[in-house]
Amino acid sequence: MKKFLLTASAAALALAASAGYAAARDQIQIVGSSTVFPFTTAVAEKLGQGGKIKTPVVESTGTGGGMKLFCQGVGENTADFTNASRAIKDSELETCKANGVTPVEIKVGFDGIVLANSKAGAVVDLTKEQVFKALAKNVAVDGKVVPNPYKNWSDVDASLPATKIEVLGPPPTSGTRDAFVELVMDAACQEEVKAANEKGCGEIREDGAFVEAGENDNLIVQKLEANPNAFGIFGFSFLDQNADKLQGHKVDGVEPTFENIASGDYGVSRSLYVYAKKEHVGVIPGMQEFIAEYTSEGAWGPDGYLADKGLIPLPDAERAKWAENAKALKGMGS
Amino acid sequence: MTDAIASFGAGGRPVSIHTDDAAKVRLKGRYRTETWFKWLGAAAVALAGLFLVLLLSTIVTQAIPALRQNYLTLPIDLSAAKVDPAKLDAANYDAIAQEALTAKFPDVTSRQDKRLLRGLISTGTGVFLRKDIAADPGMLGGTVDYAVPLDDFADLYLKGLLADVGSDEAISTSVTPSETSGDIDLTFGDDAMLTLARGHGATEGENGMLTLTSGASSLLVAFNGGTVKLTALSPGANGTAVAKGTVIEALDSTAPAASGQAFLRVIDTPEASRKISDKMIVWLDTLKSAGLIESRFNSIFFFTGASREPELAGVWGAVVGSFLTMIVTLAIAFPIGVSAAIYLEEFAPKNRLTTIIEVNINNLAAVPSIVFGLLGLAVFLNFFGMPRSAPVVGGMVLALMTLPIIIIASRASLRAVPPSIREAALGIGASKVQTVFHHVLPLAMPGIMTGTILGMAHALGETAPLLMIGMVAFIVDIPGGFTDPATILPVQIFMWADFPEAGFQQKTSAAILILLLFLVIMNAIAVILRRRFERRW
Repeated sequence: MKKFLLTASAAALALAASAGYAAARDQIQIVGSSTVFPFTTAVAEKLGQGGKIKTPVVESTGTGGGMKLFCQGVGENTADFTNASRAIKDSELETCKANGVTPVEIKVGFDGIVLANSKAGAVVDLTKEQVFKALAKNVAVDGKVVPNPYKNWSDVDASLPATKIEVLGPPPTSGTRDAFVELVMDAACQEEVKAANEKGCGEIREDGAFVEAGENDNLIVQKLEANPNAFGIFGFSFLDQNADKLQGHKVDGVEPTFENIASGDYGVSRSLYVYAKKEHVGVIPGMQEFIAEYTSEGAWGPDGYLADKGLIPLPDAERAKWAENAKALKGMGS
Repeated sequence: MTDAIASFGAGGRPVSIHTDDAAKVRLKGRYRTETWFKWLGAAAVALAGLFLVLLLSTIVTQAIPALRQNYLTLPIDLSAAKVDPAKLDAANYDAIAQEALTAKFPDVTSRQDKRLLRGLISTGTGVFLRKDIAADPGMLGGTVDYAVPLDDFADLYLKGLLADVGSDEAISTSVTPSETSGDIDLTFGDDAMLTLARGHGATEGENGMLTLTSGASSLLVAFNGGTVKLTALSPGANGTAVAKGTVIEALDSTAPAASGQAFLRVIDTPEASRKISDKMIVWLDTLKSAGLIESRFNSIFFFTGASREPELAGVWGAVVGSFLTMIVTLAIAFPIGVSAAIYLEEFAPKNRLTTIIEVNINNLAAVPSIVFGLLGLAVFLNFFGMPRSAPVVGGMVLALMTLPIIIIASRASLRAVPPSIREAALGIGASKVQTVFHHVLPLAMPGIMTGTILGMAHALGETAPLLMIGMVAFIVDIPGGFTDPATILPVQIFMWADFPEAGFQQKTSAAILILLLFLVIMNAIAVILRRRFERRW
């Protein structure tokens, strides 16, 4: 028994000692947005399958968390790339620069945000104004700002079905929620609400009509199937993958289809980005190969494998421009 | 006073308070309560059992399809013209496999159709082929029959999980085609097909023209060695029906097929609502009836790392990661925990300081696990600069979490060793250390082991603390050491549950089963240890 205890403690000590030393990293580390995660992982896997470099490690930390890790500084213990479902903020760029990090911006594609319900539910044609009225915390009624009084969709507009407003959507921590607020709520904000409260436009009602359904979109899909009257808000790729169960709805008369989002006709879509750390190029092996793979036509082109995963490609000219930028490693603010 | 205890019955005999009528009623009431309690208890157990069975059966039924994978056998040309034996890496194995597949369907010529056809086999085909050739260069030099895994949608379709597919039914009338390929006209001997199309979501236009859009069920007619998909129908002369259709597989001839010679297949799920097109279904059925598709034990799932493609995703990376993490946890938590318990129980003086330590240990056991994750992030990653996503850090964090459990369990089992053992040892002249290590500890060991294993099982199922130190990451390579990036089973389950592809739902359930199996094995070891070594005094 004594021997066993001694051996075990020796093993523990050896382990602790070995942990102190960090071998030179030969594997790319990527952090950031959960929306871009599926696409970046696909690229990472493809790169690893080539057999020349190790498959990069991709972590889903959310856009904000990813930026924090990415801008922390230069060195083996910091991430090489970060995914973002929005462009880098000025404040984040400042932090980056202060820590000696030069991000190289690559816009990789679009993501549409869709309003969908179960195929058993009603088909509706919404405008952004209607969505705002249905979901805002405060709305203007007869020129006065009041807490949202609408219970049924038909209260918002007589042409809509007389069912209870029930929308499952992302929580405030989500980039999808940020984009939804910016693209729909802010865009369709009523003047009175805007004047009454600076935060008024982005505030979503909390009386049960909007349910925060967590980041797990699969769960939202299951709940929508169970309740045909409920609507869900999520990224286009989920609608695409669950086309047998769900139907997306027109917003401002445009259907959320691959073509409409790619052409920019569908109003509720956002751009997705990947940021590379210029300082790590040449230090961590595989950085350039990863960028080259991501910006290749076989990956992000209209027939590339990322389109199969639900990424909506940029127009040809824009792709060429961003690929050029990435290849030249044009850093931001340098 | 006696009135309260006894009264007088009918015959003037005194009746005890325990035997009078009121007492009998009370007794009955007591028995009734007991019966009630018994039944309620049984019902509670039954309900719990029911939920357990429900949960397990859901997981098992979901998981079963993931245990098998469909493979397509293709004759693959590995002659020197395709693969240069000197430069194995230079060959385009994906293209070679795709050529072998397209050669099976010479009619498929358009770019889109070829792309659809290529989509039937997994995107990992080239990688498997390269690996197998590297392992067995004897494959080179000619054409070999090689089984490639099917793509996830094709696989799910064959498992019956993607669409409601009807069976072939003979058409009880003649069918005459106008051409053998392209868009053709079909003439049916009677108009039964019109009624059928109406019942399957066809939209009715002018002149009784029925159009089958992608939102309606698919009607496939197989005859003369080919398959035609109906797109529109209208009534013909003399009670016949005329249909327009697209040939998916070319017909042998334009000869009319007699009654009973043509077969109709209805796919209820409209084409727009499923991830597999009519063409892919027809191709898969052709390959299947040719005996080229076989369902095999899904070794990919058990013996490979993670992947973004459901058909290529495996749990082995997570199993190895779990194992490495558990080794670190055990190596740290067990010696420290047991030593601490021995010191506190056998050697430490009982004063205010040890009481404070004791209270703190008990409280630590109840701290939410995410707090340990934050601690790990702040101390191990940010302060000591240890690697992210590594089992060594994960193991250390889990060890911190498991320590209090091990200490508490160890102290309890040390305390359970009777004082007479200690006294006897001391009595014959053993020192305090000898007493503890030669007599008390061996007797307490089964209890300590049980506590440790249960603590480890608890740690194995943890996900939250690992969120903060980067073990919730997409990692394809199998970890080879304690500092390599790794993930663990519950984290793998967490990530798969979040992926949009339908194929991952089965994988998630299958991975849950593997995790459960792990836990059951660990608990079984704990039970066996206890049963084998436990001593009662």
